[in-house]
Amino acid sequence: MEVLLYIFAVLFLIILIYPLYFIIIASFSDPSSVANGKVWFYPKGFTLDGYTELLKHKNIWVGYRNTILYTIVGTAIGLAVNIAAAYALSRKDLVGRKFLSLFFIFTMFFSGGLIPTFLTVRDFHLYDTFLVMVLPFSVIVYDIIVARTFFQTSIPGDLWEAAQIDGCGNLRYFFQVVLPLSKAIIAVLGLWIAVGYWNSYFNALIYLKNPDLYPLQLILRNILITNQMQSGMGTGEAAQIALRLASMMKYSVIIVATVPILCVYPFIQKYFNQGVMIGAVKE
Amino acid sequence: MRAGQPAVSGQKWGQIRRNWGLYVLLLPAVVLSLLFAYKPMYGVLIAFKDYSPALGIGGSPWAGFKYFDKFFHSYQFSTTIKNTLIISVYSLVTFPIPILLALMVNQMRGNRFKRFFQTVSYMPHFISTVVMVGLMLILLSPSSGLLGSVYRLFGAEAPDLMGSAGWFSSLYVWSDVWQHVGWDSIIYIAALSAVDPSLYEAATVDGASRWHKVRYIDIPMLMPTAITLLILRVGGLLGVGFEKVYLMQNDLNITSSEILSTYVYKIGLLSSQYSFSSAINLFNTVINFILLILVNQISKKFSENSLW
Repeated sequence: MEVLLYIFAVLFLIILIYPLYFIIIASFSDPSSVANGKVWFYPKGFTLDGYTELLKHKNIWVGYRNTILYTIVGTAIGLAVNIAAAYALSRKDLVGRKFLSLFFIFTMFFSGGLIPTFLTVRDFHLYDTFLVMVLPFSVIVYDIIVARTFFQTSIPGDLWEAAQIDGCGNLRYFFQVVLPLSKAIIAVLGLWIAVGYWNSYFNALIYLKNPDLYPLQLILRNILITNQMQSGMGTGEAAQIALRLASMMKYSVIIVATVPILCVYPFIQKYFNQGVMIGAVKE
Repeated sequence: MRAGQPAVSGQKWGQIRRNWGLYVLLLPAVVLSLLFAYKPMYGVLIAFKDYSPALGIGGSPWAGFKYFDKFFHSYQFSTTIKNTLIISVYSLVTFPIPILLALMVNQMRGNRFKRFFQTVSYMPHFISTVVMVGLMLILLSPSSGLLGSVYRLFGAEAPDLMGSAGWFSSLYVWSDVWQHVGWDSIIYIAALSAVDPSLYEAATVDGASRWHKVRYIDIPMLMPTAITLLILRVGGLLGVGFEKVYLMQNDLNITSSEILSTYVYKIGLLSSQYSFSSAINLFNTVINFILLILVNQISKKFSENSLW
């Protein structure tokens, strides 16, 4: 029984890891070896051409810069908005608490839909701006619920009573007492939100027109999925080389786009588990 | 929110005034929700109007159910609904897999292996949808991908899975399982870690086998969480996400990959038929809402679990 369990677990791990491992070794291999099925366990015909070609690609750099900016600014806004709201909602003495909770939760189940939202964003002159990528959709109700539960269970109510007696107001209490005690939840939500921004392409697809504002994911889509690289590259030998480079870039671009996010997460993983656990606790 | 008695009301006003700081903290989230979640809800009206940008939402003439009618009678109606349902019901079938994984992880004794296993199993969750679909295109390519190589090992020709309508739903669902099963299991692992160890001890004393413990302690322990998540899933039955389907879509698989959300996008943003697109979207939202309420009601009746 025990042995079977571990055999199954190891098989499962192989299914999860191998495709990712294959991308890594393929990115260092000669593309024709990859295409001919010679690459299985280690790189064949070692080359860094995919990466050097990638570095020459201006769009990638623009996308990288934009994504980093969106991620930093978006995460900061998201944290500020959601953590503050969550704390207020966690306080039992908040008049209108039930109504306010419902006000947020309703938006999880009902929305105006694509076109009305699009029109709203356009009416506010946010279409094709930096701001549209970081502001309009920064309220994340699920995150508010998770953080609210955290505050309810981890910040003792007596603390507020004591602070109040000392003449401390709500805002000062929030910034000087609650926030320093809430590093775990700030880390969890911060990473959730950051991963979301790093990986998102939907808003960019809909609300951006100017290629200088494109995030990395949109550029990745052009390279990986719609194959815009290969179009209009002429014929003959030049086209062959272009095609070769494009196929090499497909592997390296995946690595370059994914590695940063995979690097951060093991360090903060223990907080992640905590966060999900908090989210699982019903009120 | 309004209190009946003036005395109580006065007390409440006092409390509100004392806690004004809390309302300041809530303000940004409330304003953003009003502007970008509630204001578009008003915009839903254009589904019932012949919307013209020049006249605005209020000024455009009423069209009644014209656009709903148009959708119900369009040839895309049954196709998009069928495709949406197939994909979501198919996903629903895979619902127990994270539970099985959690039960398995819970059985593991070696702490280091367990931690390694968990770390690795979450990893694919952090891959973006674009990269995920890119990965599928690369690995499943019959000419240059891993799939093609495997087939050639056996001297066979690989099928073009990404370009086949018959494979679309399977690829969509199982790639999702591959990507998120580890992550989705966290919540169950957390629920299992809350089991009182004395329950297991008592079971051991009573001569329960490992399997008995899983069957009579672990599984019942997971039921409330599982049912809550299941209700949410069923409530979103017609809400299959736009992102991944749109990216996986191509001319070859379009007959089984055109779903409600991709259709809404194409009609609305690509061909600018705002009212028609909003009507389809509203139809989708209303059905989802009804399903959610229905399932919640059923669950309330037959088990103790419900969302509200």
